[in-house]
Amino acid sequence: MDDRTVETIVAEHHGSLGGMLSILTAIQSEYGYLPEDALRRMAAATGESLTDIYAVVTFYKAFSLKPRGKHLVSVCLGTACHVRGAPKIAEEFIGQLGIASGETTPDKEFTLETVNCLGACALGPIVVVDGRYYSNVRKNQVAEILKRTREGLDQPRENRRFPLSVRCPHCRQSLMDAAHPIDNVPSIRLTMSWDGDSQPLYLSSLHGSLRSVCERETPAHSITVLACPMCGQDLVGDSRCSECGADMARMTIDKGATLMVCTRRGCAGRRLNLETTPAEAD
Amino acid sequence: MITLTINGLDVSVEKGTTVLEAAQFLGFPIPTLCHMEGLTPYGACRLCVVEIGEGPGAKLVSSCTYPAEPGLKVRTASLRVMRARKMILELLLASCPQSKEIQDLASKHEITQQRFRQEYSDCILCGRCVRMCEEQMMAKAIGFRGRGEKRSIGTPFDVPSEVCRQCGGCIYVCPACSLRCTYTQPEKAICGGCANLSPPCLQKDSFDDMMCYMDPCVACEIKKP
Ligand code: SF4
Ligand code: SF4
Ligand code: SF4
Ligand code: FES
Ligand code: FES
Repeated sequence: MDDRTVETIVAEHHGSLGGMLSILTAIQSEYGYLPEDALRRMAAATGESLTDIYAVVTFYKAFSLKPRGKHLVSVCLGTACHVRGAPKIAEEFIGQLGIASGETTPDKEFTLETVNCLGACALGPIVVVDGRYYSNVRKNQVAEILKRTREGLDQPRENRRFPLSVRCPHCRQSLMDAAHPIDNVPSIRLTMSWDGDSQPLYLSSLHGSLRSVCERETPAHSITVLACPMCGQDLVGDSRCSECGADMARMTIDKGATLMVCTRRGCAGRRLNLETTPAEAD
Repeated sequence: MITLTINGLDVSVEKGTTVLEAAQFLGFPIPTLCHMEGLTPYGACRLCVVEIGEGPGAKLVSSCTYPAEPGLKVRTASLRVMRARKMILELLLASCPQSKEIQDLASKHEITQQRFRQEYSDCILCGRCVRMCEEQMMAKAIGFRGRGEKRSIGTPFDVPSEVCRQCGGCIYVCPACSLRCTYTQPEKAICGGCANLSPPCLQKDSFDDMMCYMDPCVACEIKKP
């Protein structure tokens, strides 16, 4: 296991609300499940007791202590789905995948689980695959659902980590830096100034990742000035971070969509604004 | 000071006093199970129910967790309270009839039968051990895991805990563990191991299972390789 990951995740979430749950969610999205070792590290890094962390992990069904497959199939067995024939659907999945509920196929492709009510009772039986809802599922659709998932025809909707490509809103030059990849994708290069000291700052361009790299770390929570390394203009926009209230730096994606990043070091505030404002569309 | 009325008697207590403590101060007996002096009130077993308020607004609350309020009217043995308490005791008997503590409570309330499906749980999830471990032993080695039907007590990942100091405190306070032998009645204790610093269950190999008061028991689970 990559030694830094858990500690980095904990550091990224330092002081943010909902601490433990968001850290656990981040660890799980990193590994696909919650490895014992990661939880022990998390306990050491956060100072929380392992007993408390374990209590939270085992309380929520969303967390898994066992490795999960690439695709997660959740069959609803809630009351409404049950009377609409969900047990037959579950049986069909069990038969076709050859695993019991709660298990993962040997090729690590599918994990099957049954859940109690997904809140869409009127459309039951409900099956959720990788965050995609299938309603009124019939037995003969099961093979098709599995086939489509296997072929990747349905892109998982839950996966909120996708790379962005941004430009300076002033000089319109690309801010992407392929020479300094973070998360295996080109990073976003900015100039960060704090207390009279300017240096390059590389941000992960993966939306959902909060990694960043700079040479001389500024004190945690200091508010910095983020500027375009090309034209040197301050990127500060007119909105404030919803997490900490500091100013946010604004970058342009395509067609006027914007990415806002909090100027406070270590703050998780990031916002993707996909609405096209006519003034900015080009 | 807060003045409240318990069974028609006025009593003044400090702010922060629970209804249970106020009633005990007046000498009204209220049975408790998950409550233990020296541990934070937890309100798990509901055995300490009392009725508060009057008329249609009257309701049952657990006295061990309910703070005294000015003017509060409390009844500790109304018909409704007695009925609820009996039901709770029957449920406790249904889940863990082997517990000496539950047997004693039942007999004190003249309950000789229960009307539910009989089970023989090892644990009634009263949380005494968890609070003992955290609050008195400062260890936090054991805790609740899972939820609903699958809720259980134990160490994270069911492996020996690094922070357990094997004091035996959890076993000492457990109402379900004190089944066969308990040092709370020293004259009946088998070996006295639990009263020593040497943890009772660590020596379990030298006893047979009959000697052990609980299976599975928290300390044994911790000990397991
Ligand atoms: S024996 Fe271990 S688990 Fe039990 S109270 Fe002592 S420290 Fe806690
Ligand atoms: S193990 Fe004993 S003390 Fe701990 S919760 Fe269960 S019954 Fe209560
Ligand atoms: S250690 Fe000995 S005295 Fe204590 S409960 Fe066990 S058998 Fe009884
Ligand atoms: S019972 Fe299946 S969605 Fe509610
Ligand atoms: S003693 Fe009050 S709820 Fe258990």
